[in-house]
Amino acid sequence: MSDAPNLEFIARQLRFKLIQMSHAAGTPHLASAMSCVDILIAAYWNVAKIDAANPADANRDRFILSKGHAASALYAVLAERGFFPKDWLDSFGKHRARLAEQPAPNCAPGVELATGSLGHGLPVGVGMAMAARIQKRDYRVFVCMSDGECNEGTVWEAAMFAPAQKLEKLTVVIDYNKWQATGRSNEVMAMHPLRDKWTAFGWDAHEVDGHDISAVTRLLKNICPGKPTAIIANTIKGKGVSFMQDDNNWHYRIPNPEEVEAARKELGLA
Amino acid sequence: MRNAFAKQITELAQADERVVLLSGDIGNRLFDDLKAKCPDRFFNCGVAEANMIGVAAGMALSGLRPICYTITPFITYRCMEQIRIDVCYHHQPVVIVGTGSGLSYASLGATHHSCEEMGMLRLLPGLAVIAPADAMEVRGAMKAALKHPHPVYIRIGKKGEPVVHKTEPNFEIGKAIPVRDGKDVCLLSAGNMLPAALETADLLAAQKISAKVVSFHTIKPLDEATLADAFKNFKLVITMEEHSILGGLGGSVAEWLSSFPAAKARLIRCGTADEFLHETAEQEEAREHFGLTAAAMSARIKTALG
Repeated sequence: MSDAPNLEFIARQLRFKLIQMSHAAGTPHLASAMSCVDILIAAYWNVAKIDAANPADANRDRFILSKGHAASALYAVLAERGFFPKDWLDSFGKHRARLAEQPAPNCAPGVELATGSLGHGLPVGVGMAMAARIQKRDYRVFVCMSDGECNEGTVWEAAMFAPAQKLEKLTVVIDYNKWQATGRSNEVMAMHPLRDKWTAFGWDAHEVDGHDISAVTRLLKNICPGKPTAIIANTIKGKGVSFMQDDNNWHYRIPNPEEVEAARKELGLA
Repeated sequence: MRNAFAKQITELAQADERVVLLSGDIGNRLFDDLKAKCPDRFFNCGVAEANMIGVAAGMALSGLRPICYTITPFITYRCMEQIRIDVCYHHQPVVIVGTGSGLSYASLGATHHSCEEMGMLRLLPGLAVIAPADAMEVRGAMKAALKHPHPVYIRIGKKGEPVVHKTEPNFEIGKAIPVRDGKDVCLLSAGNMLPAALETADLLAAQKISAKVVSFHTIKPLDEATLADAFKNFKLVITMEEHSILGGLGGSVAEWLSSFPAAKARLIRCGTADEFLHETAEQEEAREHFGLTAAAMSARIKTALG
C-alpha cells in the first residue's frame, strides 16, 4: 500500500504522544494504549467511514474502543484525524479536562461510548449493528477489545448472539498482547486457542500481526456474508519502545523524563 | 399484568417504528401478535440478560426505543452494571420491564423473588422506578415510559391479578393516583399490593377507621406533594409493597420524611423482612409470612392508632 510508510511514521508519532500524555498526566495503562495504535490507525485512516466534520452522522460507521483503559490512544487518533483540536490532548487526565483517563459519555466528538468497565463494548456494538438493520442503514460497527477483556462473560454472551443475528456488518478486533493487568492472559484464563474459540462461536475469525497496518486494514475491510468478523490481532504490549515492550510493569508504570527522552530517540523522532 | 403489557407493547410498536422489544427467552406465545405485526422488531436475546441490556443501550444510542423484558431478578440483579453504565451513565431511554416481581413467583423460590431490586435500582442516577398496580396501570405506565426521555424501570406482576381501575387512569411518572378517599390514615400502595390495600381499608372501615388509599406507583421520582399532604393531614401513613422495607417505597418515604419537618403522621412500613424466604409458599402464603395480608396490616394499623 502506497501510504503504508506514512502511516508507520504516524504510528511512531502517536506512540510518542501517548508516552508524553502518560508522563504529563501521571496516568497508567500506557503499554495497553501503545499495543492498539496500529489497529486504530488501520480503522481510522483506511476503513471506517467516519467524517470528522460530521461525527454524529446517523449513517457513520461506529468504532468502539471497548478497552477503555487505552483511551489515550483513541484520543490521540481522533485528534490526529481532526475530530477535535490537538491541544485537548495536553489536558488529558487533568482536573476538569474533557478527556478523562477513561472516556465519559459524549466527552469528545468521535467517542462513541463511555468505556472503562470491560465487557460492555461488544454488546452495545451488537445493538448498534442490529439498529442499522432495523433502520435500514448501511453503516458498519467495529469494536476493539483487549484479551483480558475476554475474561468477561458478557463478551461470550454477545459472541453467541451476534452470529445468531447474522450481523455481517459487525467486526470485533481483539488486541491480543498476551498480558492482562497482573499476569499472562493464557495463564490467568484458558484463552488459547482464541481464534478457534471465535470460529466455534460462529464468527468469520482471522489472525493477523496486529502491528502490520496493511494486513489489519485488509481484514477490517473483510465482510463475510451472514457472519460477523473477528480479528485476533497478535500484538506486543508497549510496542515500539524496547524497554517497555512485553514488560507488564508498564501496565501501571508512568514514564519519567529520562524514559520519555529515551523513547523519543528509539521511535526516531526529532 | 403480563397480558396487558403484551397488548400495550404491540399497540405502541405499531404506532412508533422506533419501538423494539427484547425478551430474555421468556413469554412463550405472549408476543405472537407483536411478532406477526412487527416481525423485525422482536428479538429473543436468549438467557443472556446482561448482553440484552447492552444491546438495548446500543439500539437506544442509535435512535431506537428498546424495551427489555424478562423475569425481574434476572433483568435487575444480574445486569446491575449494564443498567448502571450502558443505560444510565449514557442516559439512554431504555425501558426495562421485570415480570413476576416481588413475591409473584413465590412458589419458585428465592431465586425468583425480587424484594430488593427497587432499592438497588433507585440509587442509579436518572432512572425512574415504577410499580404499576394492575393491568390498567401497566398500560398507562408503558405509554408514559415511551414518552419519557430518560431510562425507566417498571416492575410488573404475573397474569390474572385483580383489575382495580375500571378504566385506564391518567398515568404520569411521579404522580400517585388516589383510589379511595379517607380521613384517618393514608395507605400508600406500590405495585400489586393495591387490592390488599383496598381490602385493608374495608377492614378498617368496619372498625370506624377511615382510610385513604393511594396507588403510589412511582418509587422514583417520589410524588412529594402527595407525601406532604399525607404526612400533614393523617394520623398514620402506611406504605405497602412486595419489597423489603429497606430501600423500596417504605425506605424512600422514610428518607424523604427525615427532611420533612411539618410531619404530623407516623410512618408504618409494610413490606418483606431482611431475609430470604426459605419456606415453600404460594404468593398469598408468602404475604402471610411477611404480614402483608389485609388482616395483618389492618391489625397493625389498629394497634398503632391505640
